[in-house]
Amino acid sequence: MSGRFTPLMWTLFSVGGTVAAFLFPVHLFLNGLAFPLGWLDAPSYDALLSLVQHPITRLYLFVMIALPLFHWAHRFRYTLYDGLQLYHLTVFIAVLCYGVALVGTAVAAYTLWNFA
Amino acid sequence: MSDLAHYTRYHPRWYRRRMSVWWWLKDRAYVKFVLRELTSVFVAFFALLYLWQLRALARGPDAYAEFLARLQTPFFLTVDIVALVFVLFHTITWFNLTPTAMVVRMRGKRVPDPIVAGSNYVVWVLVSGIVAWILTRGLK
Repeated sequence: MSGRFTPLMWTLFSVGGTVAAFLFPVHLFLNGLAFPLGWLDAPSYDALLSLVQHPITRLYLFVMIALPLFHWAHRFRYTLYDGLQLYHLTVFIAVLCYGVALVGTAVAAYTLWNFA
Repeated sequence: MSDLAHYTRYHPRWYRRRMSVWWWLKDRAYVKFVLRELTSVFVAFFALLYLWQLRALARGPDAYAEFLARLQTPFFLTVDIVALVFVLFHTITWFNLTPTAMVVRMRGKRVPDPIVAGSNYVVWVLVSGIVAWILTRGLK
């Protein structure tokens, strides 16, 4: 990989990892378990919609989705590369991982931008 | 042999013993390392699940109700529990690594590792509390 690309990916890896470390447990616990199982009352559709329509919430959600995707892309790339010893597929794996993160980021940006 | 041999960059093929793909099962520390690396899969899973939820929210009340019903199926509950365990493992290993990744100095002295790692946990509890409060109480 070229000189500037890898340092950028390491930065996104570490920032995304930090975002996921702080925010994912509480969101996953609430949305994945506490609300579906009725332990806590989930916000109503209208209340949630008006919250998400606020620009700050949308920025928060974009950061929360996009950066952890790049964290995954960078870490999983090396997991595949070292773990499965796929040394001959280096470029293919890199394109696949960063590509998925890029597509996810684009979909998140599009979705949140149009949340009016 | 010279006809067949080729080098991939950084990985000369000669004199390398083949290693099993399961090398990491031999030692607990290796198992922990591989599980830690695999947490990224669940991080990506949740990022995409959340994005999916937002798309359902954007499509209207019916689509959103349908999505919430899907989250109540045993399949998603099971996957979410597994994902939560892995995400917590990511959080803990990530926080505990910060003193190694980042040396904090105050008045020329190095701040002790437990304080650097511990401050992460304090902020984590605060942030989680704020998020939980907004989503359960703040929206009434």
